[in-house]
Order: sequence, then C-alpha cells, then structure tokens
Amino acid sequence: MEKLIILPFSIGFIYLLGILGFRFVKWVGGLSRLDKLRLIHSFKTRRFFDSLKEVFIEGLLHRKIFRKNPVLGYMHMSLAFGWFLLIVVGHFEVMVSRQSLIAPIYLPVFFRYFETSHSFPLSGIFSFLMDLLLLFVLSGVALAMLKRFKKKLFGMKKTTRLKTGDRIALVSLWMIFPLRLLAEGMSAGLYGNGSFLTSTLGHIFGNLNSETANLSLWTAYSCSLGFFFAALPNSRYMHIPTEILLIFVRSAGVKLKKRNNTYTNIQVFSCSRCGLCLDNCQLSAAGINNTQSVYILKNIRNHNLSDEQLFNCLLCGKCEVDCPVGINTIDLRITQRIESTRQYNSSYEYLEDGPAPNADTVYFAGCMTHLTPGIIASMKKLFQLAGESVWFMDKEKAPCCGRPLMLAGQYEAASKLIANNTRKIIGSEAKKLVVSCPICYKVFKEDYELVNVEVVFHAEYILNLIRQQIITLKKGSDRIIYHDPCELGRGMGMFEPPREVLRATGKVIPIKNEKQMAHCCGGSLGNLKISQPERALLRNQAVEDYLQYRPDVLATACPMCKKTFSRHPGLKVQDISEMVVQALQSKVQPKAVTKKAKSEVLEAELI
Amino acid sequence: MNDLSFLKPASRQIDFDNFDDRLLLYVLQYEPSFFTCISCGGCTATCSAGNLTNFNVRKIGLWLRRGETEKLSEEIQKCMFCGKCTLVCPRDINIRNVILLIKKRIAMLKNENTPA
Repeated sequence: MEKLIILPFSIGFIYLLGILGFRFVKWVGGLSRLDKLRLIHSFKTRRFFDSLKEVFIEGLLHRKIFRKNPVLGYMHMSLAFGWFLLIVVGHFEVMVSRQSLIAPIYLPVFFRYFETSHSFPLSGIFSFLMDLLLLFVLSGVALAMLKRFKKKLFGMKKTTRLKTGDRIALVSLWMIFPLRLLAEGMSAGLYGNGSFLTSTLGHIFGNLNSETANLSLWTAYSCSLGFFFAALPNSRYMHIPTEILLIFVRSAGVKLKKRNNTYTNIQVFSCSRCGLCLDNCQLSAAGINNTQSVYILKNIRNHNLSDEQLFNCLLCGKCEVDCPVGINTIDLRITQRIESTRQYNSSYEYLEDGPAPNADTVYFAGCMTHLTPGIIASMKKLFQLAGESVWFMDKEKAPCCGRPLMLAGQYEAASKLIANNTRKIIGSEAKKLVVSCPICYKVFKEDYELVNVEVVFHAEYILNLIRQQIITLKKGSDRIIYHDPCELGRGMGMFEPPREVLRATGKVIPIKNEKQMAHCCGGSLGNLKISQPERALLRNQAVEDYLQYRPDVLATACPMCKKTFSRHPGLKVQDISEMVVQALQSKVQPKAVTKKAKSEVLEAELI
Repeated sequence: MNDLSFLKPASRQIDFDNFDDRLLLYVLQYEPSFFTCISCGGCTATCSAGNLTNFNVRKIGLWLRRGETEKLSEEIQKCMFCGKCTLVCPRDINIRNVILLIKKRIAMLKNENTPA
C-alpha cells in the first residue's frame, strides 16, 4: 500500500522515456546517411568528449547565460546543476545505505520516506549534503518565481508568452521542490532522519506531524513530479533532453543544407523560449513583435508558420549571438523560406554567356554599389593606383550575384545566376575577384565554387595596398564611427580589416554596440515585408545611438548601409573606399602601368 | 530594335465581366503600399534584370491592375530580386514583396486549376 505513492512518478517517468525514445530515434533516423555516418564517427573521436564537456558547461552550468546576466545564470544553474547533483548524491546515498550498486530508480527520489532509520555509515553527511542541495535548488525556484514578476532584475526587458502546456509544466516544476521540502521536513519530524533544513522544519511542524499528513505530502510530491514529466514533451521544457542531442549532432558537423530535415526538428525542440533573442531583436523598435526567432521556432513546432512572419526578419543575426542553446536561427529561417517558395523559382533563360575578357583581377560592384556611384569611382581610382588590369564585370550588364534571391528563399533561382556568373569569372582566368558589397561577398565566398580565384573584400584589398605602401594615406583628425554591416560582421566574421583601414585615415572611436552586437541599419534585403517607414524607425534608432559619440563621419563598408543611413539628415556617411580616396596623399602621383609598359617588363623577364 | 509590335496594338479593351482581380486583390491585401504607385517608372530605369532583357517593372504593375495573369506569369520570372527598385521608389513601395506575392499567388492559382 505504501508503495502506491511512487505510482504518479513512475507513470510520468515511463511516459516521458517512451516519448523521448520515439522522438530521438525518429530524429536521428531522419538525418541523411552521410550525417548519420558523421554522428557515429564523432563518437569515436575527441569530439565526443568535447560534446560531453559542452553538455556539462552549457546544459548544467549555463555559462552563456551567466555571461549575459549572473542572476539569470545562477537561477538556471541552481535548478539544472542542483537537481542533477540531488539525483547523483541521492543515488550514492542509496548505494551506501543498501550496500549495493543497484537500486530501484524510484528509491533515491522517495528515500526519506522509505528509509526511516538513519544508522548507515555517513548518513549524517549525506543528509546534510542533500539538505544543502535542496536549499540550492529552492533558491533557484524562488528566483524563477520572482522573475515572472520582476524580469528587469534579470536583465531581461521582454519575455515570451506561455502556452497552456507550458503553464502546466511550469507550475508542476515550481511545486516539486517546495513539496519535497515539506514532505522531507514532515518525515524528519516523525523519524528524525533530516539535517539542518528538514529537521528544523520538522520541529516547526511540531504537533502537525502525523503519518497521514506525511503520506499525503509525499503523494503530492510524487504527483507534481509525474505531472511535470507528463507535461514535458508538449511544453518548452522539451529543450532539456533535446539540447543534449543537439550538442552531439551539431559537434558531429551536421548542418542544414538548404533543405528541411530532422535537424530542423532537433533545433526547434531545443529552443527553451527563454526570450533572450527578443531583447536583441531590433524589429520591436518598429512595433513588430511576433516574428522574432523564438516565435518562428514555436510556429515551426506547432505547424502554423505564416509567410508574413517568416519573411518579416532582417536576417541580421543578432538573435544568434546571445542564444544560450546556440541555435542557428538564420540558416533555419532561410531553409524555411526555401521550403515555402520552392514551388515558384525562376529559370532565367534569358541569361547569356557573354564574352569574358582576360584579366588578373575581376571587380564585381553588385547591384547596390551601382546605386552608390561614389564607391565605384573610388574603387576605380584605387585600381588605377594599384596599376592592375581589372575587368569591371558588371559595368554595364551583368546578372545579380544571387544573394538577394537566397535571402528570399529562391535557392534554385539563385543557383542559375551563380552558374552564369561562375562561368564568366572562370572564363576571364582571373586570380582575384574584388567585391565592394558584403551581400555579394557572402554569396561569392559561401555558394560559388570559384577554383583558383581568391575572393577579396574591398576592405582587405585596400588594407593590402596600404601595407605594401602602394598608397599612402594622410591621417586626419576626424572622429570616425565604423558601422559593421550585418552580412560582413556577424555574417562573415570580418570585423578588423575595415577598422584597420579607417585607422589610417582618422580616429576610430570604439562604441558599445559594435562588432557582434552592432546595429542593423534597417535596410536589410533579408526582410521582404517591412515597410519603409518602419525601416526608418530602425535606422533612426541606430543613428541616435551613434550620435551620442559625436562622430564626424559614420563609416561603413556596405553600399546598402550607406544608402540607408544617407537618408538621415543629421549624419555624414561614407564608405571606407571613399574615405581612403579622400585621404590619399596628394604628392603621390598615380603610377598607372600602361599595357605597353607591362608587356615590356614581361618581355624582359622572358629574355 | 525590331520589335515593331506597337504598330499593330492588340485590343486594349478590358472586359469587366471577365476581369481577373484575384492577383491584384491578393497583392493589395498583403502589400497595401502598392495602392500608392504613380507608375513613374523609376523602378524600371534602375532594374538589373531590365538591363539584361526587356523586363519592365512598371509594366508588371500595369498588368497587375488589368488582371493580365497569363502575361504576368511569364514576365515575373525575369526578376532577380536585387531590391534596387524598392530603394529608388519615390512612393516607398515594397516592390520586392509585390513581386514575391505575385509569384506566390500565381503558383497558388496554378495549383487550384490543376486538380491533384
């Protein structure tokens, strides 16, 4: 009869294990054959231990959340790591008391109820430890309750809306440990098997202590555990088991390859809906509050994702920076866009393979640079100074690079443009491709297969010219703020080369929101739904932040950002190439190498 | 240069009994900014695809208003989504979204017409 109290716990636990087993098998089974091999192989290498370490550091200690906010980190750590230690120490306690390595799984959970004597070795130390750990976990539960009412204390401005399933799980999770405290306190009062915390509570209960009350408290504790386990698969707490799987799958090198597969599910279920991405998302400044990554992940999970939400995102990547689970939100969203628009791609049959003149270097300005002629003029000047033979590929007619199509999810259409451009670039037998637009740069680097052609961003190219002293710049006294373009900074991880170029022309001021946390200008091609007035709100938000530092010039390395910012009246915006050309030492004469001179040198070399 | 079809224009009469407004209403529902188009042609002038072929964004808008679904479904394929049209638009119309919506709606209509 007494053993009936384990029933709710056991039913919940077995149900949870069944669902988890089913889902994990389905997810891993749904990966491609190559990905499965990758996963199996990763178990045999050092990556396995790296993953284990990551599970410990991120899954239990929550290091990333600690970095974001220590109180929030402590709350997560006390719940996760504290509970984990309770389970581990509890098992040791049972092993010692029973003098056996095998014990029924429920026994550590209800140990104080079943083991009323306290005469086994080290029992005093164990009960002290268990009380201490319970206090540790309870402090986390208290903080979690506090967070529901005062989230600002935890460094969060916004938090997600809860669903019914989440509420049930949340309430039962909150109940587990206070009930355990009460039940253990009652047992300690009755049998004297407690330590500093539970014994004190037992004394406070005093005359209230009775076998019936004891039994009902333990039953309530078992029920709350059972409810939590049963509610877990359909709530956000599914992230706890899924995150472990995600860490192993991710470190095996599995990626989304422009197509949905079960890796999408693994990532979607790993989202804890903590809402850290909400605070980073700039769209809320424009009053858009239902398209952030956390909601997209939720909608994918519930199969109710609309195009209006899916395409209303700047794809700036700021949400990825602070995601404690490390979900690749940008890839995930682009993959969803690809799936959503798969039915209507274009073939671009009108594209022709035009003649490709031979050149050492190809310059691809890109559509956006054509709207900012100042950048093209500066680049031409620099090419002239460098004395290179440059083929300006899209001077008059050329297709787009394909990145805007990619961002709109039109992957197959983009591959047509990519194929056409690739043939031309390879046909020119160039060694180097220079681009002055980060949007183009990203697609050339990631999706083009340009064998033997080095793709160079203009910041790197200019930096090289400065280092080789082909151009010399006069350092001015201008205060410069450098705006990191999303596609270049977070997108390609290039933060330093443009800054180094700017340091040669003036004083670059470090600011708070830069590099990984840089603003998006609001002009992003990633968002197809946002209106121009809303874009202006985002831009103004960024400009206001920049104006605090009283810059003379706002420098950027992206024609799109330049175009967006230049609509704001209170700010001078320039591309780095324009700033470099302005700072050129007037004494240096352009040492243009004519074709004739070049052929003479070549001839001389041959002789 | 040899396109002299304008010399023999086809009938431009719009038959209101058979006017196909499914495309137009869909676009206006999700991108109301298209209401404000003044057909200035700035989009067409800057268009990257228009530079390579006879694609004409302004004509897309015109055909959309006239319900020329058939013609649109061919022509709309040529857009490369680069977004220049949206940047130069004096009325701040989100033209990229208009094109995406047309493409999507045409695919939806095709699916409706072909029984599964």
